Amino acid sequence: MSWIRKNLVVIAGLLTLAYMILPNVVVMVFSFNKPNGRFNYSWQQFSLDAWKDPCGVADMCESLTLSLQLAAWSTVGAVVLGTMIAFALVRYRFRARGAINSLIFLPMAMPEVVMAASLLTLFLNMGIELGFWTVLIAHIMFCLSFVVTAVKARVMSMDPRLEEAARDLYAGPAQTFLRVTLPIAAPGIAAGALLAFALSFDDFIITNFNAGSTVTFPMFVWGSAQRGTPVQINVIGTAMFVLAVLMVVAGQIITNRRKKTATA
Amino acid sequence: MTTTLTKEAAPGPVEEPVLRKPPTRKRLVPYWLLLPGILWLLVFFALPLVYQASTSVQTGSLEEGFQVTWHFQTYVDAFTEYWPQLLRSLLYAGTATALCLLLGYPLAYLIAFKAGRWRNLLLVLVIAPFFTSFLIRTLAWKTILADDSLVVDALNALHVLDVTSWLGWTEGERVLATPMAVVCGLTYNFLPFMILPLYTSLERIDGRLHEAAQDLYASPATTFRKVTFPLSMPGVVSGTLLTFIPASGDYVNAELLGSTDTKMIGNVIQSQFLRVLDYPTAAALSFILMAIVLLMVTVYIRKAGTEDLV
Repeated sequence: MSWIRKNLVVIAGLLTLAYMILPNVVVMVFSFNKPNGRFNYSWQQFSLDAWKDPCGVADMCESLTLSLQLAAWSTVGAVVLGTMIAFALVRYRFRARGAINSLIFLPMAMPEVVMAASLLTLFLNMGIELGFWTVLIAHIMFCLSFVVTAVKARVMSMDPRLEEAARDLYAGPAQTFLRVTLPIAAPGIAAGALLAFALSFDDFIITNFNAGSTVTFPMFVWGSAQRGTPVQINVIGTAMFVLAVLMVVAGQIITNRRKKTATA
Repeated sequence: MTTTLTKEAAPGPVEEPVLRKPPTRKRLVPYWLLLPGILWLLVFFALPLVYQASTSVQTGSLEEGFQVTWHFQTYVDAFTEYWPQLLRSLLYAGTATALCLLLGYPLAYLIAFKAGRWRNLLLVLVIAPFFTSFLIRTLAWKTILADDSLVVDALNALHVLDVTSWLGWTEGERVLATPMAVVCGLTYNFLPFMILPLYTSLERIDGRLHEAAQDLYASPATTFRKVTFPLSMPGVVSGTLLTFIPASGDYVNAELLGSTDTKMIGNVIQSQFLRVLDYPTAAALSFILMAIVLLMVTVYIRKAGTEDLV
């Protein structure tokens, strides 16, 4: 009993972790299911069918490609615009700073459904046809603020003397920016880019309002919850999960190696 | 995103622009840097809100078109018809936020102070669920909470469901399609948004403060109450905001895990907008939601004493 009291935090923490991981385990296990009927909610028997034919469901892989493309372009757009804003905010003095800060903060403090509905109102009023472009516009819009915060945090902690030193050593403004400023800001930009990619790829609410008849992967999953869930959804979910975890682990190993060689 | 938000909340280096009087051409540089991004936000974030404001006071029909008639009655009608869903949203989101804090704090504490060399692995495991689309993971709860699943059978055997159904959280021997399932899904979906900011602010606490508290004969409970928890307040504030705001407008969990009796305000806005095509009501409802959330957030930030969230 005293052991439990002593390790209460550890036990509670691990239980929470189990709660967070459980659905992923279920998704993985049910990717090997052979469902009886249209829905993949109860276990029937082991089968590799879905893994052998991941694109066997009509339109699913198309929606996946579309989501990846959207995420890639949203990331590019949000990173370029967001990095520019972040540099302006940290490095320069200008009017209306407060208003600009609120304009950047508000999209993060707004329930997604409000942004989704109001953006749709704009598109309907302007008579703009819904589709790939309207979704891309929306994704860049809501990713922008997150990129700004990520890059700003990094640029703010940068030592301005490094750039002064570069200038003292006769580096031109372009050279200083490319060889000193950008490399130092890179981790912040990378964090912002990863965040933008993940947010865009997994977005459902804003996309659902503004996509028209375009179907992204989350929208495909949403639709399948009504029509019948193919096992292939679980295959994609599991594959993405495994791939991402492998990438994180590989990245960790590489940085550890570098640290070792750096100290050796 | 969460980590960066908390970094903002903490007292970091003050923004101190380089003090130099540059020539005019250089003085325009910040404006050129800001222009494209700010324009994007103005056109696709701020302008839509104006359009929505105008839509909310329009009357008409889809066939004849809508006209601005300053019909503020829409707000009154929308509120009187949908206040139960509105209240329910705030209640569910509030409960989920409280549960996230309750469940997330021990885990964040564990990672920050007790994990040792397991720290990175645990952090990866906290973020890992993100790598699978959240809709797929939410659907997995349908399996976990299904009528004859292990979890539900266990809850039945322990008579937990007797208590919860007496409280009105579940119905009979079912969990799926009840308020408890929706809150469970909301809590699950937003837990990482609570844990990451909590972890960042806990990790910053100097370990020597704990030792000092112990040296001064504080019990572990007192140390937590008087030292650790107050110092983790920035994380608590951004964590609760990052959980409550998206949860209050969510309609995915209510749709997938709930029933018609658990509809939230997001469900109403979605169906008014995309199915019923009653744009004025939908616009008015989303304005009401926005106003309530912004008001609560402002009051909360004032009370919690961290105004430098931006």
